[in-house]
Amino acid sequence: MRDVESIFEEMRNAIPAGPVRIKEAVDAGRKIVGCYCAYTPYEVIRAAGAIPVTLCSTSATPIAAGEEHLPRNLCPLIKSSYGFALTDTCPYFHFCSVVVGETTCDGKKKMYELLNRLRPTHVMQLPQTYADGASIALWKAEIERLARRLETELGVTVTESDLKREIAKRNEERRVMEDFYALSALNPAPLSGLELNLVNEFFKVSFGDEKALELIRELTALLCDNYKGGERRIGAKKRVIVTGCPTGKSLEKVFNAIEENGGTIVAFENCGGIKPNYEMVDETLPPYDALAKKYLGIPCSCMSPNDKRLNLLERLVTDYEADGVVDIILQACHTYNVETFLVRERVKVPYIAVETDYYQSDAEQLATRMGAFIEMMG
Amino acid sequence: MYTIGVDIGSVAVKVVLLKDGEWLDGLLAPTGWSPKDSGALAISAILGKNGLTRGQVARVTATGYGRNSVECDDRVTEITCHARGAKRLFGSGGVRFVLDIGGQDSKAIALDEKGNVSDFLMNDKCAAGTGRFLQNMAVMLGCELEDFSSLPSDAEPHAISSMCTVFAESEIVGLLSQGVDKQAIMLGILDSVASRAEGMLRRVGFSAIRGVGGVAFTGGASRSRNLAELIEKRLTVPLHTCEKSQYAGALGAAEIGRNR
Repeated sequence: MRDVESIFEEMRNAIPAGPVRIKEAVDAGRKIVGCYCAYTPYEVIRAAGAIPVTLCSTSATPIAAGEEHLPRNLCPLIKSSYGFALTDTCPYFHFCSVVVGETTCDGKKKMYELLNRLRPTHVMQLPQTYADGASIALWKAEIERLARRLETELGVTVTESDLKREIAKRNEERRVMEDFYALSALNPAPLSGLELNLVNEFFKVSFGDEKALELIRELTALLCDNYKGGERRIGAKKRVIVTGCPTGKSLEKVFNAIEENGGTIVAFENCGGIKPNYEMVDETLPPYDALAKKYLGIPCSCMSPNDKRLNLLERLVTDYEADGVVDIILQACHTYNVETFLVRERVKVPYIAVETDYYQSDAEQLATRMGAFIEMMG
Repeated sequence: MYTIGVDIGSVAVKVVLLKDGEWLDGLLAPTGWSPKDSGALAISAILGKNGLTRGQVARVTATGYGRNSVECDDRVTEITCHARGAKRLFGSGGVRFVLDIGGQDSKAIALDEKGNVSDFLMNDKCAAGTGRFLQNMAVMLGCELEDFSSLPSDAEPHAISSMCTVFAESEIVGLLSQGVDKQAIMLGILDSVASRAEGMLRRVGFSAIRGVGGVAFTGGASRSRNLAELIEKRLTVPLHTCEKSQYAGALGAAEIGRNR
């Protein structure tokens, strides 16, 4: 029987080994489709027999290269994504035959025009509102168009039964993550935010592998049993929900600043966490309708209005007994930055927005900000 | 009971000694390149000056950017300490906002009715609107930092639109070549700091009505009379400063130590 620490260790080791597994898959004849965003319907890519992988976008290293073609005052995520591709330093990009992007924000959709010159990039036209029927119809057509493009690129046929199978499988993955996230609603939390983040990162490179999923299930069960048995891994700390822009390696400086100064992160609302996983694809609807409805419902700040994010955050604050909310804003991400005003009004607990980038130069200032924020909670 | 608060800023170390909560002494020294050494030195200086040993002091509380480098009993961020210090210095008048402009950062703090921090904002990565900005401008104009405190109050500031130190420098080069009066430029520089400070205060909820009790102005830049006047003009409420304003962080730290 493995213990919690050894499961974390196994996950920690699996993350840098991800590229090797993808290379092996390619050697075995599998096709890789590169993705950046939570709006990409993995189910369609998998139904086309390919493996959807998240491409590198969270390191400061390739930003300078990205800035050779892109303006400096653009969000670091976009510059990093493009810089990785340009310098061929992302192994996942190296192995992918097609990239799927979406017209989420202005910076991304224009960057994809340049990316297309490095690798065939299929851009899905994402409507910017989830509330009306016309938008859902357009998004459904875009998902169908993606399927046709993949059929052509990969020389396969995407059938309805393939889609249904993959929908059920991806839903199960979402349920596993939901169950895992629910653990942190316990007070005190049974695991730290850094550990929570580790599992999110591990999930990202699980590539639909049943064994990886089983490891997360095992971890959830173990943490739950130990907790019931009286084990308390985390002491009394201020409970923080992290929200805002996509996170990743370079933003762990913010998580550290929170957790080294008396806080503990109980939930990541970001798109690497709860945001894309809290709603399922309806398995009773025809597959394309169900996918359109689910994916367009993701409450990213590129949507207008974006009431669902505010509602979700309000619910999470209650469910996770949060003492405060930290909104991470990447420099030049206008949509999340503007939305901070509404989030602050809605969350009803101490709130702070931190604007940062991928460089580590503000680590000390972040420590002061997060420290003061946690002191403020009393 | 003796308590010490030490505020290790980017430019100066401030140390305050309290006896049973009453102000006994305060010292100020340059931080230099080693916050660890200058912090320790300031603590031993104030001890020596008052004939005390470290063992006689119940708690030493450190704050400021160098708080993690010095040996102490507690570490508290400068936000909390400045709020506490400002409450102590100016609290009787119902002060609900604190503006602190130090060497490398500036902050606006909102207080609740009990004087606890309810919201705050710090300048981001750059030094715009801080003491460092004024220092660079002084070098540019061939004057001393102190000269920013002795300008005629009735002179009209010349508008400086750049907040960034580098851009402001080139803007000033242009103004000097046009023959704009140096004092008007100096006031313009201060007014650009004042405008930034006003913006930060408004973002944490300041308005003339909510701030009717006045705003406490702390940190090294609060020593500039001209800057205080310009900020006050913008806020239209009283801006409180006193000779101990620069010690607000250290005083707050010493107070917090007393209550631990």
